[in-house]
Amino acid sequence: MEPVFIIATLVYMLSCACYFGYLFFQKPIFQRTAVGLMAAGFALHTVSLVACGIRAGHFPVNNLHETLSVTGWAIAAVFLAFFFMYRLKVLGIYAAPLITLVMIAAYQMPRPMSQDPQLLKSWWLAAHIITIFLGNAAFALACGLGMLYLLQENAIKKKTRGFFFSRLPSLDLLDTTGYASIVVGFSMITIGLITGVVYAKAIWGRFWSWDPKEVWSAISWLFYAALLHKRLTVGWRGRRAAIMAIIGFGVILFTFFGVNFLLQGHHGTFTAM
Amino acid sequence: MRDIVLLGLNHKTAPVDVRECIAFTADETDRALVMLRDNPTIGESVLFSTCNRIELLMAVDERDAAVTIAKQFIAEFKKVPLAQFENSLYQYVGDEAVRHTLQVAASLDSMVVGEPQILGQMKEAYRKATVEKTSGVILNKLLHRTFFVAKKVRTETGIGDHAVSISYAAIELGKKIFGDLEGKRVMLIGAGEMAELAVEHLIRNRAGTITVANRTFSRGVELANRFRGKAIKFEEIIDCINDVDIVISSTGANDYVLRKNQVKAAMKSRRNRSLFFIDIAVPRDIDPDINRINNAYVYDIDDLKGIVDENIEDRNREALKAQRIIDEAVIGFRKWFDTLKVVPTIVSLRGKVESMARQELEKTLVSLSHLSESDKRTIERMTGALVNKILHEPTDYLKKDGCRGNKSVALDITRKLFKLEENH
Repeated sequence: MEPVFIIATLVYMLSCACYFGYLFFQKPIFQRTAVGLMAAGFALHTVSLVACGIRAGHFPVNNLHETLSVTGWAIAAVFLAFFFMYRLKVLGIYAAPLITLVMIAAYQMPRPMSQDPQLLKSWWLAAHIITIFLGNAAFALACGLGMLYLLQENAIKKKTRGFFFSRLPSLDLLDTTGYASIVVGFSMITIGLITGVVYAKAIWGRFWSWDPKEVWSAISWLFYAALLHKRLTVGWRGRRAAIMAIIGFGVILFTFFGVNFLLQGHHGTFTAM
Repeated sequence: MRDIVLLGLNHKTAPVDVRECIAFTADETDRALVMLRDNPTIGESVLFSTCNRIELLMAVDERDAAVTIAKQFIAEFKKVPLAQFENSLYQYVGDEAVRHTLQVAASLDSMVVGEPQILGQMKEAYRKATVEKTSGVILNKLLHRTFFVAKKVRTETGIGDHAVSISYAAIELGKKIFGDLEGKRVMLIGAGEMAELAVEHLIRNRAGTITVANRTFSRGVELANRFRGKAIKFEEIIDCINDVDIVISSTGANDYVLRKNQVKAAMKSRRNRSLFFIDIAVPRDIDPDINRINNAYVYDIDDLKGIVDENIEDRNREALKAQRIIDEAVIGFRKWFDTLKVVPTIVSLRGKVESMARQELEKTLVSLSHLSESDKRTIERMTGALVNKILHEPTDYLKKDGCRGNKSVALDITRKLFKLEENH
């Protein structure tokens, strides 16, 4: 498992380098190679995770190392899906470095054994984890798209065409893809929360424990629900949507990592170090 | 060996009234080519004539005679005294003629560097020359190479990228905001050449409904009919803002036609969909403060001019890259051109040596009449083999790049050494 993980990380890094080449030189060969490498890295990564899971007998989210690894995997999965649907080439310049950093962080983490493996053997749990991770990955991408939107919008408003102007797609495309990203993310975390609640009832006998992670997940869910509602009714789109996507991801980050490090609760195993 | 000569005038050397008199229409070009073909001094010719440029490209044996005849020909054909345009004519020979032709095709010599029409125009001129059979080996090769290099310049440099006209720049911006302009609804306030041109570009990009507002309703109706849109009264503008995406404004009004508070209210009822204002008017029609509203973008004529100027600078930078490609192509063409001289020299050399061998063979065989036929043929074969073996190395040297660029010198020495006749 270990060597496959390292190779996958290296392939992601190469993909990242190719994306930077594309950003600076704008030659299509860089972009095509970058996506190819990303896909290859993703395949290797999948193999690594599946092997890890089979060996351990349960979903590999035992500790911070594994959690980060799955995070990187989820971001790659969502990015590749979006790339094939929307052909948003330039998003790779945000996704590839993000994935690489997450993987490098994962590599640095120690790998203590699980405190309670029994806790992790369940299909509800697997569904809960997968959907939450994919949802968060989608929100991460929406955040990236929001940042790209703000960059491009600034160039158009200030009437200066800097480095990014010709390299970024239209505002409309960035906005639409960001919106799609949030819809996907929201759907995913909705399923994630439902499965989590069902699993909690099965394991601990209660649907809701006021565990900090549960609370903050609910807050995240409400935030994005409000965002979507406002977009459809009042028209929170364009600049406002971009800013909200970035703030929303901040909330997600806190929900995901902040809670584990700063507050106590039964989700602590996932970030055990 | 034939020389390539180019004679012509363009927008840089001749004012428009001179160019008007000298320009050849399509029919005139056809007739002129026939007349040039019948003239023995002009070997190969291609005539290229647009509103900005008239050029005669030739491959001739005697350069000076050909130039004189060409000038007289133009004067007589177009019935314009030579003195009237002679000062505007420029003349290029050999490599310089090749370079000029490549530059013209790559649009480096055009009024607007990077313009796309010139290549099509040149191809049409060449087509006429092939129909009338006025172009031969040399000009065919030159023009084929020219089209190839022009395409290479377009794809490998940014010379044709980005708008260099106000209307085009506006469209480009629209694409950066909306992505696809298809179906985007347009409102034209007022009238004017640049504004109407922009609307036409938008229509070509498959824009949606066009709404026209003019202080004079009948004028608005006229424009609306032209664009197959609908006309509204000037007072209705603010109501209709809700249903448009792009507003082009060009009125003579001294005051703002649209103000910030009006647009702000409209944005609310439009649910914040993006609005792009193109303000071509001076004094401005659209309150520039509107640019501060979220999802609303205002570009006035100075902003658009700024973009156009930047693009022109970019094109000029790209033109340097293009020059490098052209320089390489000129060298490549010269190499090909030189090989043309090699073949006749080798043929000449071979011919001379073979005829010497034949003479000696005949003389010898006369005094060897007692030999059998097969013996005589053996001696024939021997002389043939001797000729081939002796000529093999020299021929190889001349054909291949063995002389390393000094081909002309090598050819010259060969001719001198063997006292070959000069042939062209």
